[in-house]
Amino acid sequence: MPRFWLYLLGLCVLAALSASGATARDMSDAQLLRYHNLTAQLRCLICQNRSIAESDAPLAADLRALVATQIKAGRSDREIKQYLVDRYGAWVLYDPPFNYATWLLWLGPFVLLLIALAIALNMLRKRRPRSPHGRPLDRARLAAVLDENPDERTRQAARDRDAQ
Amino acid sequence: MRWPVVIPGLVLIGLVAMLGYGLTRQPSILPSALLDRPAPAFNLPTLANPDRHVTTQALQGQVSLVNVWASWCVACRAESSRVAEITQRTGVPVIGLNYKDKRPDATRWLTVFGNPFSVVAVDASGRVGIDWGVAGVPETFVVDRQGVIRYKVVGAITEQQMNQRLIPILNKLKSAS
Amino acid sequence: MIPELGHLALVLALMMALVQSLWPLYGLAAGRPIYMRLAAPAALGQFLMLGVAFAALAWAFYVNDFSVVYVADNSNTNLPWFYRLGAVWGAHEGSLLLWMTELAAWSLAVVLASRSLPREVSSCVLAVMGLVSVGFLVFTLATSNPFTRQFPAPGQGRDLNPLLQDPGLVFHPPMLYMGYVGFSVAFAFAITALITGRVDSAWTRWTRPWTLAAWVFLTIGITLGSWWAYNELGWGGWWFWDPVENASFMPWLVGTALIHSLAVTEKRGIFQSWTVLLAITAFALSLLGTFLVRSGVLISVHAFATDPARGVYILGLLAGVVGGSLLLYAWRAPRFATGTEPVAVLSREGLLLLNNIFLVVAAAAVLIGTLYPILADGLGLGRLSVGPPYFNKVFLPLTAPLVLLVGGAATMAWKRTRPVVLTSRLWLPAILAVLVGVGLPLFTVGTHAVVAVAGCALGSWAILAAFEDIVRRTRGRRLKLPRQIIGMTLAHVGVGVFVIGVSLVSGFGGERDIRMRPGQSLTIAGHNVTFNGITAQQGPNYVAQVGTFTLRQGDRVVSRIHPAKRRYDDSDAVMTESGIDRDVFGDIYVSLGDSLEDGAWSVRVYNRPFVRWIWAGGFLAALGGLLALSDKRYWRRRRRRHEPHDPAAAARGHARREPAV
Repeated sequence: MPRFWLYLLGLCVLAALSASGATARDMSDAQLLRYHNLTAQLRCLICQNRSIAESDAPLAADLRALVATQIKAGRSDREIKQYLVDRYGAWVLYDPPFNYATWLLWLGPFVLLLIALAIALNMLRKRRPRSPHGRPLDRARLAAVLDENPDERTRQAARDRDAQ
Repeated sequence: MRWPVVIPGLVLIGLVAMLGYGLTRQPSILPSALLDRPAPAFNLPTLANPDRHVTTQALQGQVSLVNVWASWCVACRAESSRVAEITQRTGVPVIGLNYKDKRPDATRWLTVFGNPFSVVAVDASGRVGIDWGVAGVPETFVVDRQGVIRYKVVGAITEQQMNQRLIPILNKLKSAS
Repeated sequence: MIPELGHLALVLALMMALVQSLWPLYGLAAGRPIYMRLAAPAALGQFLMLGVAFAALAWAFYVNDFSVVYVADNSNTNLPWFYRLGAVWGAHEGSLLLWMTELAAWSLAVVLASRSLPREVSSCVLAVMGLVSVGFLVFTLATSNPFTRQFPAPGQGRDLNPLLQDPGLVFHPPMLYMGYVGFSVAFAFAITALITGRVDSAWTRWTRPWTLAAWVFLTIGITLGSWWAYNELGWGGWWFWDPVENASFMPWLVGTALIHSLAVTEKRGIFQSWTVLLAITAFALSLLGTFLVRSGVLISVHAFATDPARGVYILGLLAGVVGGSLLLYAWRAPRFATGTEPVAVLSREGLLLLNNIFLVVAAAAVLIGTLYPILADGLGLGRLSVGPPYFNKVFLPLTAPLVLLVGGAATMAWKRTRPVVLTSRLWLPAILAVLVGVGLPLFTVGTHAVVAVAGCALGSWAILAAFEDIVRRTRGRRLKLPRQIIGMTLAHVGVGVFVIGVSLVSGFGGERDIRMRPGQSLTIAGHNVTFNGITAQQGPNYVAQVGTFTLRQGDRVVSRIHPAKRRYDDSDAVMTESGIDRDVFGDIYVSLGDSLEDGAWSVRVYNRPFVRWIWAGGFLAALGGLLALSDKRYWRRRRRRHEPHDPAAAARGHARREPAV
């Protein structure tokens, strides 16, 4: 099996017969922008993790041509993606749509962020500074001063220790 | 609040289980998006005679195999005799889909490596290949009597795949009324 | 003979690693210091043996000994000698040897630099690192021996993967691995802390420089990798969110979080168990990266040839090493003294807490995105892909606040900062940042898109706020700043430079994908690009079609660039060498597509504004790390004997009592 895929990979680079350069011609600027965005979001099926925009494989060139034709025919991005999903499966989409299969993917990081922030907030509240006029503030000022001047800090720390 | 210290461990267990499962899978082999869906329509000239056309109609009424091949595909050479063996053992006709090839090359290839196909449709542009979700060559589709795709093999058919999957599936489809 | 010597050296290295790990642990458990003393010489021995093995493999490459399977598979007599040397780590077996040699080098560095450490600490650290070495050495000897012979030897070797025949390859993997492996030191210190029960400021002061060193290597490695991909892959991209790239990015994110949380633990004596967990996680993610690259569970451009047996072993190693550590963690971490000191939102520790949250969640997002295809497959949700569009969308909201925080880094004081201090110091950088944010995109790439404006504003905010601090500190007096401060400032400036680069390069560059015949020209970003023609050139092991393009601005010739397509003799693979006109404010990037009929070529031309800023930012950050590392506070107490080691002080975990910083 690996040899087969290696072979295909070889094909990716070798037998680029179709005219990749010709596909994007005679498109308007807006269409061209859509073309570039769309081809960057579609996976080249036989390459090792490349988009069809980036691949020299013949199939990728065919798919680029297909995307160009469909854009020129006035199809929407959504329609073009659906067209390819119908044939190749959700695998072709680098930008998986939000649905029952991907809600965890899309929401997971943000749920984690909310949990983490909630824990941190809880921690901060528990450790509310005791008094703005008491020692903590003095120490904060001290730290600010000491941060700039390590030597002074050493001396201060020595004094600190004597005091204790 | 001591119990949170076990959370990292739990995450690890989940991760290892998932990765272990991943090891049992071949990430590059994809199931066809067309499984249990009607075979996409096509109307293509045959290799033997460019004026004669073969259409999806050819898939109706009997169980058949569709084998995507090309003369430039090295893996197809070894597969050719295996495809012949399958037809021989099951009596199922194989329709060849000659994918992005040149006619003379394809014809010569058939004389050199044998012709297991009942008919060869020529898809010179690869347009039908896209409709069938073909990513690479060879690929083999099992189509039932109603013209519905029931199984797909990506890459050259191995001995094991032939004996354990393809032939049983074909026989089962044939015996179903 | 020499390959057998290398093989023997590997076996001896395994023996040494066993001694390095088991004896000190026994000594520690039985309270017999004499056994702990063995750790240092064993580490030295292990390093020497791995050095011999490495040299043996390099020699086999140098003399083209194709009876060694690994050499025959990855080299060729036509390959220039420096690529033959780079080929030592060009595939699975050799890169594993590089990994282990570097691990042993870090062990040796611990031996050399930690003479002032209490013996039980240094020998425990070495023992843990030794255990990791044992795991990898057994793996190598059992499944991936680079010295396996074949008879008869083929007369010629297969070639090195052409993708890897680039100067970038020679430096990128060793740097990256130094970073990966370097986190094993912080990891070993974390395990030691769990065993000894001590996480005090002395512990953090030992751990910090090691973490920083590993981070610097990783930063350089990732930056080099990005630069290499830009030059070699031919698509004008600098980051592809490929699983293998993600595998190096996750430890980087967590390592960055670790550097910052170590600072809090050292200064304030809080977050101990969190810091220890981060140290374990950073190394665990390094191991995960190793697994992802070598097991074949994910499809990647850069993955090594895959073998499920190897995958199973590395997964076992990962589960064993990390599982054991987390078990130890769950058992011992609750004993760490939790600081009773208050944490204010407006304080440096509050800021760093937020920093840690965003960095770790960002790392989790990369992890989720990278592994989600496996999860979805496992849950029966079908095969799907997660690619750059996902990562870009999710990453932006997670990292933009992070850059906002960077700006407050210098101003925020420990413990508590009054809001008025913040506003009085930061209003000027903030206003300037907004001005730059609007102005820079408008006057350079001519856009006022929200992403570009916000990105430039954030980036320049990080830079300007860092400079504000330096200016304020040095104003009116000739004060010598500690290198740690300069290093931090430089690293944060690096972040800003990077962010500006990222926000301007993507989306506003423009690209053209056209068919050109010699003599034709096109205009992109104010440059006129003329295709002069193609000539054939013979390389050492390839034939190249080299194009010549002339770049003009008005009538002035700016430069001539030479993109090429190389067909390598042995593999028949075709590689694209892009032609790049490099400039501080943007590149013009040309790559050749296919040869079409009647002398025409399909050509891709990209305008990549500010792309250099991305790598400049990376290198600035690494330089900052290096400067911080050279701060004498890490080195000056070398002469003194180690910290007073009384358990009472350790239990309190206080930082302030020590006359440090």
